[in-house]
Amino acid sequence: MARYESLLDACGGTPLVGLPRLSPTVPEGAPPVRLWAKLEDRNPTGSIKDRAALFMVREAEESGRLRSGDTILEPTSGNTGIALAMVAKLRGYRLVCVMPENVSSERVQLLRMYGAEIIFSPAAGGSNQAVAVAKQIAAEHPDWVMLFQYGNPANARAHYETTGPELLRDLPTITHFVAGLGTTGTLMGTGRFLREKVDGIEIIAAEPRYGEVVYGLRNIDEGYVPELYDASVLNRRFSVGTRDAVLRTRQLVEVEGIFAGFSSGAILHAALAVAHEAVKAGRRADVAFVIADGGWKYLSTGAYGGTLAEAEDALEGQLWA
Amino acid sequence: MAIEVRVPTILRSYTGGAKVVEGSGDTLGALIDDLDAKHSGLKGRLITPDGGLHRFVNVYVNDEDVRFLGALDAKLNDGDSVTVLPAVAGGALGFAAAAAMLGK
Repeated sequence: MARYESLLDACGGTPLVGLPRLSPTVPEGAPPVRLWAKLEDRNPTGSIKDRAALFMVREAEESGRLRSGDTILEPTSGNTGIALAMVAKLRGYRLVCVMPENVSSERVQLLRMYGAEIIFSPAAGGSNQAVAVAKQIAAEHPDWVMLFQYGNPANARAHYETTGPELLRDLPTITHFVAGLGTTGTLMGTGRFLREKVDGIEIIAAEPRYGEVVYGLRNIDEGYVPELYDASVLNRRFSVGTRDAVLRTRQLVEVEGIFAGFSSGAILHAALAVAHEAVKAGRRADVAFVIADGGWKYLSTGAYGGTLAEAEDALEGQLWA
Repeated sequence: MAIEVRVPTILRSYTGGAKVVEGSGDTLGALIDDLDAKHSGLKGRLITPDGGLHRFVNVYVNDEDVRFLGALDAKLNDGDSVTVLPAVAGGALGFAAAAAMLGK
């Protein structure tokens, strides 16, 4: 069935496609090791965040926290803001996003197109400045509703109830699930579901490692671990640098025709690592990983062309995932 | 046994500004002891008084999080690369701003 009552009803149900060319070759007679990409860029606003945005808004409506005409406030540097902007528009809310001023112009244009208002926090001031801006806004507008994706159980539940079941339905032989680690919602929700249903499943996180300037902390105690994060859901966690993420993002489009954003390249990098380990160990593996979004919003970085070193320079200081 | 250790900006006051230092040890715990002997005070920023890794510090051996490899007991080999990072995955600004709004 590919007919839906509205755009919101068309969220999820994304295709899972095999990667016959990027999957590692196994020796003659050895069990197969296969990579599968879950194309989350096929969601209504083009990213996996549509699932979380929809679930968080619905949950807030059902619990009475959100009423028609309310204002939603969300700190975001990207896809969650765009997803929330679409959901807010269709459900009748106003959305205000707080974001650092060094995000790409595509994101700002997309947010405004969907009707969101944007408050910029100065990039130069680092996190301390962003904290100051945030505190000020919250104090001035106590009636605004913050869904807070980093600590909202509905974010993880979206994946427990949709992404996980879809993967199991489409790939009952799944052995590994690999996704990006940001709010941790995708990994916590999908990971918990798959752990309940699939014996021996491995849940693997790929975390972006940014250039120096992004870690603008004064000291270690200013760090932040999302409330949703539960390390016991994961088996392994990889840190993937900009160069590897760009290399794999290019391979995705060059070898398999999948035009994805850089976070998906980072996720593929981790997926390939576990796939090659399976080949070495002579084990069968069906490794499913997430294509979090398409590459459109990142074209202006110029990182899809030129040498890897040039691409790395182009992305220095940007939040690319 | 030489192991290359990448130090984040906020901890470079302990390494005389050096971005990369060398150390030795057959576990992460031993490596941190060795580093602390050369760069006094570093251990106190990585490990809590009760002996665990600091909550807001992530340590990776060859790009893999040590918390899933045995934490301070994680085995190290000659030529391994160790990276220390503050825990701000997903964008420091977004997280810090979000936490501040909730008054945390």
